[in-house]
Amino acid sequence: MTRQERSAWLFAAPVLAVIALVFVLPTLLALGLSVTDYSIYALADWSNLRFVGFGNFTDLLATPLFWRALGNTAVFAALGVPMAIGTSLFTALLLNDATVRWKPLWRVALFAPYVTGIVATAVVWRFLLNTRFGLLNWLLAQIEVAPVDWLGDPRWSIPAILLFVTWKVFGYNMIVFTAALATVPQDLMEAARLDGAGAWTRFRHVTLPAIGPTLLLATVLSVAGFLQLFAEPYVMTLGGPSQSTVTILYFMFDEGFKWWNLGQASTVAFVLLLLILSLTLIQTRIGRRYEWL
Amino acid sequence: MAVTPLRLRAIVLNALIAAVTFVTLVPFVWMVTVSFMPRYESSRYPPPFWPSRWTLENYHELLTRRQFDGAWFDYRILPAMGNSLLVAAISTLLGLVLTVPAGYAFAKLRFRGRERLLKLLIASLVVPGQVAMLPLFLIFRELGLVDSYAGVILPSLAGIFAVLFVRQATLGIPDEMIDAARLDGAGEVRIFVSIVLPLLMPITVTLALFMFLGSWNDFLWPLIVLSDQHHYTLPVAVAAISREHAADGELMMAAAVVTTLPVLMLFLALQRYYIGGLLGGSIKG
Repeated sequence: MTRQERSAWLFAAPVLAVIALVFVLPTLLALGLSVTDYSIYALADWSNLRFVGFGNFTDLLATPLFWRALGNTAVFAALGVPMAIGTSLFTALLLNDATVRWKPLWRVALFAPYVTGIVATAVVWRFLLNTRFGLLNWLLAQIEVAPVDWLGDPRWSIPAILLFVTWKVFGYNMIVFTAALATVPQDLMEAARLDGAGAWTRFRHVTLPAIGPTLLLATVLSVAGFLQLFAEPYVMTLGGPSQSTVTILYFMFDEGFKWWNLGQASTVAFVLLLLILSLTLIQTRIGRRYEWL
Repeated sequence: MAVTPLRLRAIVLNALIAAVTFVTLVPFVWMVTVSFMPRYESSRYPPPFWPSRWTLENYHELLTRRQFDGAWFDYRILPAMGNSLLVAAISTLLGLVLTVPAGYAFAKLRFRGRERLLKLLIASLVVPGQVAMLPLFLIFRELGLVDSYAGVILPSLAGIFAVLFVRQATLGIPDEMIDAARLDGAGEVRIFVSIVLPLLMPITVTLALFMFLGSWNDFLWPLIVLSDQHHYTLPVAVAAISREHAADGELMMAAAVVTTLPVLMLFLALQRYYIGGLLGGSIKG
């Protein structure tokens, strides 16, 4: 081993060891647990552990709440990704306009929700969404809309949580898009303008191709993020009302840490992992087809 | 003065961004004003935006220990804040010590298996951390780390993203600088400490901020691993209070202020590094 190689290991080995202990080893163990009936009995005594193969998986497919969680998560992602990405892109485009002043000020203010913690902001939002005394229903009353029971009505609980999530996360991709928009070729933009191209045509044929890869990456990460939604429903609604906001991870958390069915919960974790991997793959395929990657 | 189309456009767009920012900040402003309202004032219609009388009673109730039916009682917000501060400071410090040299090694030092390890690290970014959480809890139980600060901190040190982040920044340092120092007989540790580290200072500050805020706001893992309320971090403590006091709007708002204010201040003070780190130096001003 050369001197350089020895130093390299000295620098890299500690963090690799930590990653192995808290990430690689547990992930492999999860794979192992998912084919066992690890439950509260095994937690007390390892000898109660049995190998069940795909048993957990078939059990899962027969659990109505799992399907409910899957459906809820799909709704969260299908509505949430366009909402969050759309808000980020809209604000980034505004911030990119030459006529807009005090850009650093807006940027910092719009980014602020992203750095705050979920628990404290959820407290504030539960109050904003309060049926009787909330600011949102008061605002709606001004335009003659009857009060909505945002967090208590199964029809509105997902949109209500999505409002909160969008508010909290859009600042991040807004900054990412701002960086991408700075790379849009200005001479091309000018040429398009001189050729009489309208705002939409310029956006579609100059801006969009330039920020395409960034937009795709942000979408892929957003989809993965929304599939892993947990803390927001946990602090806002505890999965309710009538299980309308139970997500896949919420289901896994309850199975694992409430009922201690760790075998079953690990299976849920792997189903989620496979979902994320396959959706990521599909999205990058589509992206490549349109030459965005 | 005539309103030209360009001028009109400027007015509309500036008003639009101001309106969006206003809507974004309303929750924060309301959080602060309600926290200073007398008890139960916010539970009225129409919702008051401004306190009829500014009072500190919510903060007083939240933060002080007092006697209640002969027994001492408090919400343990200040101790929880101390715990959060301790946990976040240690995670950040250890996180930097672990990841910055590793990021440098992956960028500039040659060693066998480097490329393969790098590919593995990148691939592992798509694995959701929650997959590891269940077995990690069992491992920590065996190691006696459940309900300890070490149990909260250790998982946050697996900074895969941080290593890649530092590596990316280090790639920009010219090899000639490092090679010249080597020819002068400087050891590898010396080169890292006195040549590379000063150049990496700005992104180290960015990374420290990411780590500190990440740890301060972390909720799920502390919730799982901590059971004794003396060890609770701030988010876990606030979540516990909010389950019992959901209807106490003013008290809960005070708790939200106490939790978010430190991070907002820290972010405002260092926003140049934070946003600059995200923008990757592509935008100035």
